[in-house]
Amino acid sequence: MPKIDNGPPDYRLNLPPIVKENYGKWEYHESPRPGVLKHVGPAGALYSVRAGSPRLVSVDFIRDVCALADKYCDGYLRFTSRNNIEFLLSDEANVEPLIEECEAQGLPVGGTGASISNVVHTQGWVHCHTPATDASGITKAVMDDLFEYFKRDDLPNKLRIAMACCLNMCGAAHVSDIALVGVHRTVPRIDHEAVRKSTEIPSLVACCPTAAIRPDPKNKSVTVVEERCMYCGNCYTMSPGMHIMDAKNDGVAILIGGKVSNARTAPAFSRMVIPFLPNNPPRWPEVTEAVRGIVDLWIANARKGERLGEWIERIGWERFFDLSGIPFTDKHIDDYIFSRETFRTGAAFKY
Amino acid sequence: MAEKRETPQLDELEKGPWPSFVTQMKRAGEKSPMAEELVGLLERSYEDKVGHWKHGGIVGVKGYGGGVIGRYTDLPEEYPHLSEFHTVRVAQPSGWFYTSDMLREICDVWEERGSGLTNMHGSTGDIILLGTTTEQLQPIFDDISDRGFDLGGSGSDLRSPSCCVGPGRCEHACYDTLDMCFDLTNEYQDEIHRPMWPYKFKFKMSGCANDCVAAQARADCSIIGTWRDSIIIDQDEVKQYAADGLDIQARVCDMCPTRCLTYDAEAGELSVRAEDCTRCMHCINVMGKAIKQGKEKGATIMIGAKSTIVKSAFMSWVIVPFMKLEPPYTEFKEMMERIWDWWDENAKTRERIGELIYRKGMGEFLRATGIPAVPQMVYRPRANPYVFWQKDEIEN
Repeated sequence: MPKIDNGPPDYRLNLPPIVKENYGKWEYHESPRPGVLKHVGPAGALYSVRAGSPRLVSVDFIRDVCALADKYCDGYLRFTSRNNIEFLLSDEANVEPLIEECEAQGLPVGGTGASISNVVHTQGWVHCHTPATDASGITKAVMDDLFEYFKRDDLPNKLRIAMACCLNMCGAAHVSDIALVGVHRTVPRIDHEAVRKSTEIPSLVACCPTAAIRPDPKNKSVTVVEERCMYCGNCYTMSPGMHIMDAKNDGVAILIGGKVSNARTAPAFSRMVIPFLPNNPPRWPEVTEAVRGIVDLWIANARKGERLGEWIERIGWERFFDLSGIPFTDKHIDDYIFSRETFRTGAAFKY
Repeated sequence: MAEKRETPQLDELEKGPWPSFVTQMKRAGEKSPMAEELVGLLERSYEDKVGHWKHGGIVGVKGYGGGVIGRYTDLPEEYPHLSEFHTVRVAQPSGWFYTSDMLREICDVWEERGSGLTNMHGSTGDIILLGTTTEQLQPIFDDISDRGFDLGGSGSDLRSPSCCVGPGRCEHACYDTLDMCFDLTNEYQDEIHRPMWPYKFKFKMSGCANDCVAAQARADCSIIGTWRDSIIIDQDEVKQYAADGLDIQARVCDMCPTRCLTYDAEAGELSVRAEDCTRCMHCINVMGKAIKQGKEKGATIMIGAKSTIVKSAFMSWVIVPFMKLEPPYTEFKEMMERIWDWWDENAKTRERIGELIYRKGMGEFLRATGIPAVPQMVYRPRANPYVFWQKDEIEN
């Protein structure tokens, strides 16, 4: 009989000897080159070589990565919170040969320090049931376009991009320097038969954050007050009868300026700058162009050390819209439940 | 396998320098008819501009209420191998540290019994095995269990805790994130594997205020390493940074949020007004050899984060400014269990702890859980006089 409640594998069995010896005693780290971190402790140095990954990978890809780890670092490796691979080397002499072999196999080395690291992203059309767009495809298109910034580490600061295929925003997209978010724009189309067959109607009614869904007892279904709906899609999670996906009207919004670190300023939510761009697969050119424009504007204007949101807060969002040429509309002004804190209640501002 | 499938749109995504997920899907498709059909289904989504996955049905393995997410395509006639295409969440080792041998074990099971496609890793932190049939679920569990793995969380349960790299490779770790993650995961196996709560609950552990796992943005309980005494400055190292060309005034002092650092360029000395420092990590990030964290280390415990659905995103807020965190983490666990009890008792279905506290008020939360109110919990006190006085606070 297999054991239940094993718990996860014990991480201590997976630590390289140099990590065990320096555990909790690390003194400092430096970055000898983009994509390589050197951590130093009393027992010596650990070299981490960071490589980008598409996250959605085959078992043979993992086996290839394992073979590299066997060859250069006794099989020790880890993954980062942004889905990069890190090879953990104790022998400095192996760093350059490993990098060469990674690059030869199409594993780009980079993403450390003041760079653009891997895009944290969701399942999208590959495997999610509520997506407004694909996630892997946009991620690939954006990273192809910004590839040079994965390989460099001389940007004003790090820049974190995340991609969420719907408003559930798996993966903390809502606190990224640049968040790409799949959005719906039309009210759910009700399949009354499906609602009747497989829905707890009180739960469906209760799940709507704007009370747009009303019970329709006569019909044993529900109705939607269209003007109250803001298309979050939460109802579709509660009932397969509430069709929210809309091929013509779904697309991507861009929110920027968020961060999770407490360094200098408190963690901050990303703020909407582009309410909608169309789904234009396979490469979403409108999205990649908008992202590129924002990134390059930040690089050209920010002071050393400023995250995207810190730069914008310093110059003012009104200046950002001016500089970027992104049109400001009524859609940028919050009209959901926590809107008041965003209204300007002072008479000091810029043009 | 049938004749070669035409996928002109996805083929486009095999070009360019960033490694391609399409290449990975096709590679898995060479061995698995499921993965091969997934390439076709995704191409279809690229044409139709909608997803082709239906709602999950309830699927699982013996003894578990979560860990598997049911998935079925809405085009089963055209893609019969995707008529069942479930996800298996496998709990990751702390800090995502692996050996190649351990990874190959998972690969072997998944190649035999699933699509051969994975996410390394999912957003919550688990290893995601993407796509298998209902029939294979129990054998997959049996095989991974024999190899020392276990399922992660899903549904209204404790989700797989996750943590930053911590003392395994970071000089900034103020407590042992790797150990605490492993400890909590083992302690709360029942809460992870048998959903019985109003909704999901997440723990994330970051060793310092840089918060590399975004705990403050998405974990119902965010555990952020910090220290309580003063930063420690090594003046020789300060001089070395200056000699190496760092503009200490501009890059460090002027960007310090509390202006608690003063740099005397002539003497090459940096000083701190420790009582003004908020331990934000900026100066340490810029000149880590010269500035070290204090010696009295622990963590700030924060509560309430969640993403946008439904009532907007919440960032976690402070409930305990400083707590020592050492095994077996008794003080922390006792507090969490009081919080869970109150949440379980009071929350509506699908109401996260942060939303419940927002609805009921921090006062009620603190009184129910016995956590003392301290000024570190708020940026500033209330501006209205509408206090909910308790019966024992007024005269009869």
